[in-house]
Amino acid sequence: MSLSVKHLLGIKDLKKEDIELILHTAANFKDVLQRPIKKVPTLRDTTIVNLFYENSTRTRISFELAEKRLSADTINFAASSSSVSKGETLIDTVNNVLSMKVDMVVMRHSATGAPHFLSRHIPASIINAGDGINEHPTQALLDAYSIKERLGGLEGRKVALIGDIMHSRVALSNIYLLTKMGAEVEVCGPPTLIPKHIEHLGVRVSYDLKKTLQWCDVANVLRIQLERQHKPLFSSLREYNLYYGVSRQLVDSLDKEIVIMHPGPINRGVELNSDVADSGHSIILDQVENGVAVRMAVLYLLAGKKDELVV
Amino acid sequence: MKSLYNQQHLKITLDRLTAELVENHRDFSNAVIIGMQPRGIYLADRIVQLLKEQLAGRPIQYGKLDITFYRDDFNTKPGELHIPTETSIDFSLDGKNVILIDDVLYTGRSIRSGLDALLDFGRPKSVELLVLIDRWFSREVPIQPDYVGKTVESATAQKVKVLWQENDGKDEVVLL
Repeated sequence: MSLSVKHLLGIKDLKKEDIELILHTAANFKDVLQRPIKKVPTLRDTTIVNLFYENSTRTRISFELAEKRLSADTINFAASSSSVSKGETLIDTVNNVLSMKVDMVVMRHSATGAPHFLSRHIPASIINAGDGINEHPTQALLDAYSIKERLGGLEGRKVALIGDIMHSRVALSNIYLLTKMGAEVEVCGPPTLIPKHIEHLGVRVSYDLKKTLQWCDVANVLRIQLERQHKPLFSSLREYNLYYGVSRQLVDSLDKEIVIMHPGPINRGVELNSDVADSGHSIILDQVENGVAVRMAVLYLLAGKKDELVV
Repeated sequence: MKSLYNQQHLKITLDRLTAELVENHRDFSNAVIIGMQPRGIYLADRIVQLLKEQLAGRPIQYGKLDITFYRDDFNTKPGELHIPTETSIDFSLDGKNVILIDDVLYTGRSIRSGLDALLDFGRPKSVELLVLIDRWFSREVPIQPDYVGKTVESATAQKVKVLWQENDGKDEVVLL
């Protein structure tokens, strides 16, 4: 058994079986992470470069830890401190890195489609760690793993994605993944932050936060991405928080228990209030823990396809 | 095709292997059983069952070990990736006498990986190996079993197939 893809560019390209395989393998790696020695020798012959053209804390540390737990050699690259600022092109940078015998590329870029473009030009497996406003596949996989761990499955579960859907690659990857796995998805936020025609992806649309929370089993609250909003899309952060911020009062007013998720970093007091983020409803820190296991699974499964790569 | 074990014969051998274990480890107060995933588990299940009968229901510490992440052939055969199964060892192996159980010992490479994996759960006092079938003359690393059901001389082209009632509908071992 193996994945049907040679790169992880997005959830869009994955089959349901691929997702199941990744989640199954991740469970085994999560077990490894509970052992006295949290490291296995599997990828000791593999070198991985983490190319980050955009800032990141969680994702970069999580990937690096996953690589180290698999005994791979890692190189970290941040665009801000490299020759990119001297004008080197993406392909040149990556080919230079690959000529030093690097096997896999983990990459984050602010341009949508950058990893897809690279995958057509270089002979190494590429893992998309977030490209612009397109996809963030490992985040969606770890979200799915965390939901499955808490609720026992994905099929038939009701998941709400709340907030800045327009600029969120986490939202798009989650929509692809959850609909493929048979979950019901509803997006909720101010009309200016919800893309037109999104219902064609098989999701419901709501503008009423309370109704959405009442409907869902899981609320995945997304960050307001001010750095990608080039024009004002709502009047103020305070007003956003009043209408679309998830607060303790709101969660307590529901007649059911819901699970709260957030991909981080949290804008406390904007999309999510501290009294919810730090409550028993929240599985935000479980998401971070599961992220390492899920990324180990992705690296393991793609490293096994190294020899099939031809450009 | 040659039959190495039928159901009746297998029962006698499992009883003997169990008796040998009890002879060496008495009440199993400091010994633990580790079955190798995936096919060694059926044998380990049987042995643990028989031990419990012998030791009048004394609890036996029994774990399952998956060696996928410790294999030495990762990436040597393109397109044939091993998918892991469950590892469940919910006790420490520090200072324990570990009895590692697998169905067939052939090149010895799985056991080598198994030893690597075991060390990640603590430092055992000793490790012994119990196998049902030992394929002689085909070892690639210096590993020998301590308890053997049957030693078989076989050619590389041949295959040993171990069938279990719980999985395959009958107890039988054949040389193909």
